Amino acid sequence: MIDPVIASRLQFAVTTIVHIIFPVMSMGLAPFLIYFTWKEIRTGAQVYEQLRTFWTKIFAISFVVGTVTGIVLEFEFGTNFAAFATAAGELFGGPLALEGMMAFMLEATFLGIFVFGRDRVSDRLYMLSSVLVGLGTWLSAVWILVANSWMQTPRGYEVATESGQPIISLVDPIAAYANPRFPWMYVHMQNAAVLSVALFLTGVAAYFVWTNRDTEFWRTTMKVGLAVLLVTAPFQAIHGDAYGRHVADTQPQKFAAMEAQYETDSGVGLKLVAIPTSLSDITDPHADDLFVIEIPFVASLLASGNDPSATITGLSDIDAESPPVAIVFWAFRAMVGLGTWFILLAFWGGYRWYQGTLFDDDLLAKAFMGSSVLGIFTVELGWIVTEVGRQPWVIQGVMKTHAGVSSSLTGSEALATLVGFVGVYTALLVLYWYVVIRLIRTEAPTRQPTPKRETNIPEEVVPSDD
Amino acid sequence: MTDVSIMATPALANGPLFGLPLEELWFGLVFAVFGTFLFLDGFDFGVGALFATRTTDGEREQLLASIGPFWDGNEVWLVVFGGMLFAVFPSVYATLFSRHYLLMFAILGALIIRGLAPEMYEQRHDEDWQRWWGRAFIVGSIASPFFLGVFVGNWLFGVEGVASIASLLAGLAVIALTIVDGAAFLGLKTRGDVRLETRSLGHLAQVVYLLLAVATLVVGSRSSPHVALLSVPTLGLLGLTVLLAGVHVVAGWAGRYYLAFAAVAGQVYGLIALAATLLFPLIDPATGLTVADAIVSPLSLNIMTIGSSILLPLIATYFIVLYSSFSGPVEEGESYT
Repeated sequence: MIDPVIASRLQFAVTTIVHIIFPVMSMGLAPFLIYFTWKEIRTGAQVYEQLRTFWTKIFAISFVVGTVTGIVLEFEFGTNFAAFATAAGELFGGPLALEGMMAFMLEATFLGIFVFGRDRVSDRLYMLSSVLVGLGTWLSAVWILVANSWMQTPRGYEVATESGQPIISLVDPIAAYANPRFPWMYVHMQNAAVLSVALFLTGVAAYFVWTNRDTEFWRTTMKVGLAVLLVTAPFQAIHGDAYGRHVADTQPQKFAAMEAQYETDSGVGLKLVAIPTSLSDITDPHADDLFVIEIPFVASLLASGNDPSATITGLSDIDAESPPVAIVFWAFRAMVGLGTWFILLAFWGGYRWYQGTLFDDDLLAKAFMGSSVLGIFTVELGWIVTEVGRQPWVIQGVMKTHAGVSSSLTGSEALATLVGFVGVYTALLVLYWYVVIRLIRTEAPTRQPTPKRETNIPEEVVPSDD
Repeated sequence: MTDVSIMATPALANGPLFGLPLEELWFGLVFAVFGTFLFLDGFDFGVGALFATRTTDGEREQLLASIGPFWDGNEVWLVVFGGMLFAVFPSVYATLFSRHYLLMFAILGALIIRGLAPEMYEQRHDEDWQRWWGRAFIVGSIASPFFLGVFVGNWLFGVEGVASIASLLAGLAVIALTIVDGAAFLGLKTRGDVRLETRSLGHLAQVVYLLLAVATLVVGSRSSPHVALLSVPTLGLLGLTVLLAGVHVVAGWAGRYYLAFAAVAGQVYGLIALAATLLFPLIDPATGLTVADAIVSPLSLNIMTIGSSILLPLIATYFIVLYSSFSGPVEEGESYT
């Protein structure tokens, strides 16, 4: 029978990888919805009412699926990682409880008004609801990332042993909650969420532009999405670069895995492009064996901040088993590569916009369409780097992942729920995808296609409210 | 790596805030939050079960619209319950959830189906689609309270295996209670035939609930010595429940729907208060863990106390704003989306 440790880790991986899609959608959509609501109330323009109504539907379905998949994660700490939950409850459970009370409650109650209450409440309360829903989603991330970042860079605690079990108690809440990783993670994640949704908006809008059925609704979606993309895509790269330096400082083992650096070395170059020269390089990359295009000394420079000859500690010289290097190494490269593509795409679109030909470039439209869900995919890659890269630790330097698993759990129980989740979550993803596509096709204002660049654009078809 | 910087907070770390009996207060609060979840999401479950008795499109839409703006907020009380138990009694959270491993996932599965079904139901208006999602909604709405009831039963009676007769009876009792709850809620949110017919079903469920609750206690007390049947709090809370059940039925007949709904709320909190008093001073009978054993350190407890004292009143305000924005019966033609 399967090892309950492996099954629990796989199950947690499956359930978080699926869950994170929905918070990314809701956190990323929130600022857009606040903007659309504000414009609707200020200008009274129909297009903003349509934008607010339509994207709220996507927000609502994302929120519902996010809720039901989120409860699963909270429960899994107790069901599958009981030893971790018992040991670290003070430091980990506290932020989760505060998340529920401070953030999730705010979001879920005002979402009721935001989704159902346009005709029932005043403009002022409605506007306030949109802001509070958005605030709720962003505060939610604060507490979830406080909990997660504490596991990456634990501070403000002490470890004692109680009847053979480690008990980690809180001694300094400010040091624990405002741990060194938290601000890095929060900025990186929130910007990634907005960037991902900007890509989704432009991608869907581009489809209607490309099929020549664009209305003012889709053109506005495209422009708003592109404007946000122009800010968030470059920012993510600049910020990510500094974040990498922080990881090298605080989690040298993770950094070494991201670079597949086995041997401790000084004056290390940054591997811009790494090409495997054999099959084993793919599954077991070693920095020294890869064909790389690198900028000399820059990895050392990045890791140290100012010293091009700084030493980077290799995995072989770290006194703990290494994380799965191949996963971390390739996920990191794919993330950075896609991030670079988003910047190019943003500038390409921005240039066409500047020229006044944003809606005339078919190739650009196809590029946007192809990138519509790549933002979310890149978020997944980033989390894989973060979470796989910190193995074998569940709490860096304090507790290993295998030691955190419930001792009472049997392999067959764990396998049963793992198989169940793979089935249920696959169905959930298919359903979510189906509903989102269906909403896009049936609920958004579109028009009959016309020959290109014809001047008389026919009447917009506004969907009826049913 | 572990630069533990001890600063400030010595006052908070020394002992409970203002010398309050925080262990007992938090034990009570965790149960009160679970009770709030059971009362609020309980009427969502009840409406889902009663959905089975509605056959026309219009009536089904009315039922969905009645809970539409509320259910998400209601369900967050379960998240808060989980978070609080984790934060304040981490060892209970861990041993209880891992001991009832498959049951916890049964609860989660039922909640996923129940949460998803109304959203899906509204996406398409063809018959097959709505028939299947309607069924999913009903099944999820009955399975959720059942598994939650079994969980509470297992917890209270210290059951080690999957379930016992007493915890299965508790599951059935909680289904009945949520139907009572849902019918009382529909008394406030609907008019005409729907209101009258669900009221009768609610009254029937009320009788069933009383019988099942007593049966659960009698059967449970035989195998669990800490469940003291013939004690003042047990008999007092049972008496109160019977009284409130009477108020619920009579108020319903008299058309006093707010009073009827309040009488149901009293019964839900009464049930949870009963479970808490039967447990105390134990918090996990299966392992013999007491409240005093399981509580976190004073510093964490004080932080959670300060946080909750600020946040819970705010949350109450959100709920008042939400429920008053959607007060009164569902308007003709209002739907879920």
